[in-house]
Amino acid sequence: MVEALLVAAVKSAVMLALVLTVCAYMTLFERRLIAGFQLRYGPNRVGPAGLLQPFADAVKLIFKESFRPAGADPLVYWIAPGIAMITALFVYAVIPLGPTLTVLGRPVPLVVADVNVGILLVLGASSIGVYGIILGGWAANSKYALMGSLRSSAQVLSYELVLGLAVASVVLSAGTLSLVEIVNAQQRVWFAVTQPVAFVLFLLGAIAETGRAPFDLPESEQELIAGYQTEYGGFNFAMFYVGEYVGIVTMGLLAANLFLGGWHGPLLPGPVWVAVKTLAFAFFAVWLRATLPRVRQDQLMALSWKVLIEIGFLNLLVTAAILAWRGG
Amino acid sequence: MEWAVFLPAAALAVAGGIGVVAARQPVHSAIALLIVLASLAVTYLVLAAQFVAVLQVIIYAGAIVVLFLFVIMLLNVRSGEGPAVKLPRQAVAAAAVAAGYLAALLVAALGAARPFPAVPQGFGTAQAVGAALLAGYLLPFELAAVIMLVGIVAAVLLGRRPPAGGEGR
Repeated sequence: MVEALLVAAVKSAVMLALVLTVCAYMTLFERRLIAGFQLRYGPNRVGPAGLLQPFADAVKLIFKESFRPAGADPLVYWIAPGIAMITALFVYAVIPLGPTLTVLGRPVPLVVADVNVGILLVLGASSIGVYGIILGGWAANSKYALMGSLRSSAQVLSYELVLGLAVASVVLSAGTLSLVEIVNAQQRVWFAVTQPVAFVLFLLGAIAETGRAPFDLPESEQELIAGYQTEYGGFNFAMFYVGEYVGIVTMGLLAANLFLGGWHGPLLPGPVWVAVKTLAFAFFAVWLRATLPRVRQDQLMALSWKVLIEIGFLNLLVTAAILAWRGG
Repeated sequence: MEWAVFLPAAALAVAGGIGVVAARQPVHSAIALLIVLASLAVTYLVLAAQFVAVLQVIIYAGAIVVLFLFVIMLLNVRSGEGPAVKLPRQAVAAAAVAAGYLAALLVAALGAARPFPAVPQGFGTAQAVGAALLAGYLLPFELAAVIMLVGIVAAVLLGRRPPAGGEGR
């Protein structure tokens, strides 16, 4: 009992440190890549090739003055960024980073907890994450923040359905809700191959869910300054910011585990394959941002409710029919 | 072990319930309701119903309360405003209904068979809940779906703009 708790605590601490470091470097990855797409240099002054830039940013954000705008609701203003960051980090309890390894003669699964409703837990945590956005925008008592948070919440709620339908098709094919089992079901063929429609829906849903271009309406700066984050600064802003980048890494890991075969791949060890596939998703997200203009708000909502959700249901229906026909 | 999880969760749920009715700000009430629903999910986990617990978080905490918050924010209700309509003897009626509900709950809880039977294999998994919904309780399940459809159609009808030529806003 005590040993199990201790193992879980150590694993969680390692996971937390790993995720936060990766997310800090995601900011640098994105800024350097965008700079490359736009024929600029990007941040390259702090450390060799700008590699210490994330630390400089972290120090700056932590030491900035922590203020609260007049007329803001104090309680809600302080807890909203915490909700955003905690729910974003919570999902790493069930996302596997690789197969079971043997360390010092003991089997060590590279996942904090392999629960049998794993993927639902991820979707549940992301649906709680909306509260960070909606409460943060409301509490700041500013019209730009309120508009931004209304837009964000509507967008996240709509695209959560698209994401859920795509995941449901995969869950049907794999016959399990456990993320480890879903990866094991792709030993021979990736679900990206057998479920191509669900894969495209998942990619669109993931980009919209993380609020990134071309779906970055929540913080379209020409209209809303910075959306729900407008009135936040210093460490509170950093919590929202970290939550967003954690979200990108989470979606990358989910894409790798649900559709791209997880840790299955030739030659390289499992965790390396997971990292490569996650980075591929992150690159795809940055590439989209550098390439596409922002869509309009009504187009965004119409795309989800009038097109993607219908396709998702059809795909689910076809998947279920094929499985029933095969007698699965 | 079960008590160590159940007692804090139950205490938090009761505290949240008090918060819902005691808070002066509608948004604070909604946050308190969120705490109630999350603590209930934990008690479901203690009862070995992990699938129901996750659904509780996704549907109630994740979707229903968000809609509450949407309404509050769109109406921009601030503190200090009482309810628009007060029924006569509202407090007395509320106390009577609450007492009746408590009595019904106590009868059900105290009348349950003791000791509790052990949970069967596979209890509370997605498979078990799905089989119960789509085989054991198919008719109530479909009726609930029809009721929701009626609600949606009614909401669309009430919320749409009056046709041109009518009394517009």
